[in-house]
Amino acid sequence: MTQLQPSTPATEQEAIPFLDVRNLSVKFPTDDGLVSAVNGMDFSLQRGQTLGIVGESGSGKSVTSQALMGLLKGTSAQVSGQALFQGRDLVTLPESGMRRLRGRNIGMIFQDPLSALHPFYTVGHQIAEAYLVHNSATRKQARAAAVEMLGRVGIPSPEQRFDEYPHHFSGGMRQRAMIAMALICEPELLIADEPTTALDVTVQAQILDLMAELQAETNSALILITHDLGVVAEVCDSVLVMYGGQCVESGAVDEIFYDTRHPYTLGLLKSMPTLNSSSGRLSPIPGQPPSLLDLPAGCIFSSRCEYAALAGDGVCREQRPALQAENGHGTRCHLSGPQITTIRNSR
Amino acid sequence: MIRFILRRSGSLILLLIAVSFITFTLFQLGPADPASAACGQECTPERVAEARVALGMDQPFLVQYADYMRGLVAPRMIGAPGAESVCQWPCLGKSFQTNEDVSDIIGRSLPYTLSMAIGALVLWTVSGVGLGLLAALRKGSATDKFIVGAASVGVSLPIPVTGLFLLLVFVNQLHLLPFTTNEIASPLGPQGPWAWVLNYLLPWIALAVLFSASYIRVTRTNMIETFGEDFIRTARAKGLAPRTVTFKHGVRAGITPVVTMLGMDIGLLLGGAVLTEQIFSVPGLGFTAVRAAISGDLPVTMAITMLAAFFVIVANVVVDLAYAAIDPRVRLQ
Repeated sequence: MTQLQPSTPATEQEAIPFLDVRNLSVKFPTDDGLVSAVNGMDFSLQRGQTLGIVGESGSGKSVTSQALMGLLKGTSAQVSGQALFQGRDLVTLPESGMRRLRGRNIGMIFQDPLSALHPFYTVGHQIAEAYLVHNSATRKQARAAAVEMLGRVGIPSPEQRFDEYPHHFSGGMRQRAMIAMALICEPELLIADEPTTALDVTVQAQILDLMAELQAETNSALILITHDLGVVAEVCDSVLVMYGGQCVESGAVDEIFYDTRHPYTLGLLKSMPTLNSSSGRLSPIPGQPPSLLDLPAGCIFSSRCEYAALAGDGVCREQRPALQAENGHGTRCHLSGPQITTIRNSR
Repeated sequence: MIRFILRRSGSLILLLIAVSFITFTLFQLGPADPASAACGQECTPERVAEARVALGMDQPFLVQYADYMRGLVAPRMIGAPGAESVCQWPCLGKSFQTNEDVSDIIGRSLPYTLSMAIGALVLWTVSGVGLGLLAALRKGSATDKFIVGAASVGVSLPIPVTGLFLLLVFVNQLHLLPFTTNEIASPLGPQGPWAWVLNYLLPWIALAVLFSASYIRVTRTNMIETFGEDFIRTARAKGLAPRTVTFKHGVRAGITPVVTMLGMDIGLLLGGAVLTEQIFSVPGLGFTAVRAAISGDLPVTMAITMLAAFFVIVANVVVDLAYAAIDPRVRLQ
């Protein structure tokens, strides 16, 4: 297995990673067979760093985050591999131990704050509840902590807002409240699963700024799951591109955007709308993602890859490429470096 | 809140007037002849005519109805001219059969119906919601399949079958329980609460088997849906204990449809469980209503019908209030 440390430049002293994920796989048994949602993910992360996980729907982004959070424990999902968080393996850790980490050491923010907040309890109660479960505090102290946190995430008159219900809040306010809930115990790791997808564009920027600001204050690590490359470029230090439950490319954010090495990442970048596009049309990646019930033997992206023929001899269809890393920039492709460079420059 | 209750009380009264009018009309159109039923064995046409006058049935239909409704507001005189007696407010008329005040008859039957309803209600809610929740938590397991299977058996067992089976086994064969007696109508009576429980245990079980089946299914379906909600994932992500996630976050949100069912069923049951009362010979409202309908005893039939309608309508209002208490998004207006 190739060692890959996208967040740590090679020159920096090698430290024990804060989070180190090795060969993480998640399979779901269904009536139609075994769905391979995540297939051998490797990445690591240091405190204070932000890792963006990018991919289309069904690429395994959210499942990866739920596996790290231990939310798949007690379900039919089969999680294998290793995920060392400050020396503890999140994959094998029993539910009771995982529960002590959740909320206190690892916080999580979800995509749709309206459905992620309980409709029957006040926003303040839900935040205070997260504080009370990990701190021996009185209700009054928990309330004070929650009010302070609501203020910190930029909710005006937090003392009054504490007693309001989620349906009284606007979308952006709800996501701020979710962030307050996730951060009230100051976790060292924050996982944000598409935190801005359900929000207006202007609100998106505010939420991202807020997250970056709070992350800097607490020196926590952030895993940002998104399908929005613009968001990644704005806040991430390193990026991991997922396709069909695998990491197809990973590396520092500049490397991914300016020295793209995988045809899928190239396709993603090309499909982004730009202001000066001449045709006025978007350029989608043709085809459909592979069925996770029956993954192809070769490269998972081969059926949609325009350049599969270039590697020659049908190798892309028959042989699964390994993740090869060079200066911390990993890619899972049969094409040679010069071939990729030619392709990239031709567009 | 106050305005809501006032408005609903207004519509309650209108509905009750409509129900009373329809019942009154149906009775007039029907084949029952209370006068000849009341005059007894040796009947002459003259005595039937006298009885008709005594019952007030010689009057035009609308006059009879107006007389009846007047009794609901003030005391009135009932009986043949010269032999009238006072019917105290609230006057629901006098029984054509026994000449007793209907309010007394209701007052006598209601405790039996209440005794049956309360125990059955507690039993089926606890077993129905409990088993439904267990099945939802163990979704797909053998426990779940067993509970769902038992629920489909329970819902297809009619009261006469369960009732007679229970009587046969526990009273006739095992002699574990006494046959239901009319002497115990309340847990506060001289025999004490335990005798009350034993006396009504079999009817409770018979009703609970039938009712809890649908509670199991509704609870299970709703809880499975609720446990899949995002806010349950949030609760887990906060590190809350499984018990807190299940009850505080899950059950509170998933239980509302059960509250609706419960309200409706309480309303229905308080109007009298006809079959159960017949089988266990409990002289409650249902039992009394059947006797009254068969013998053409209009005042008793009217009173029980209106009482049943009253309970159903009040249950509706209570359900709405309960919804507002459970779900802060619901506003009463």
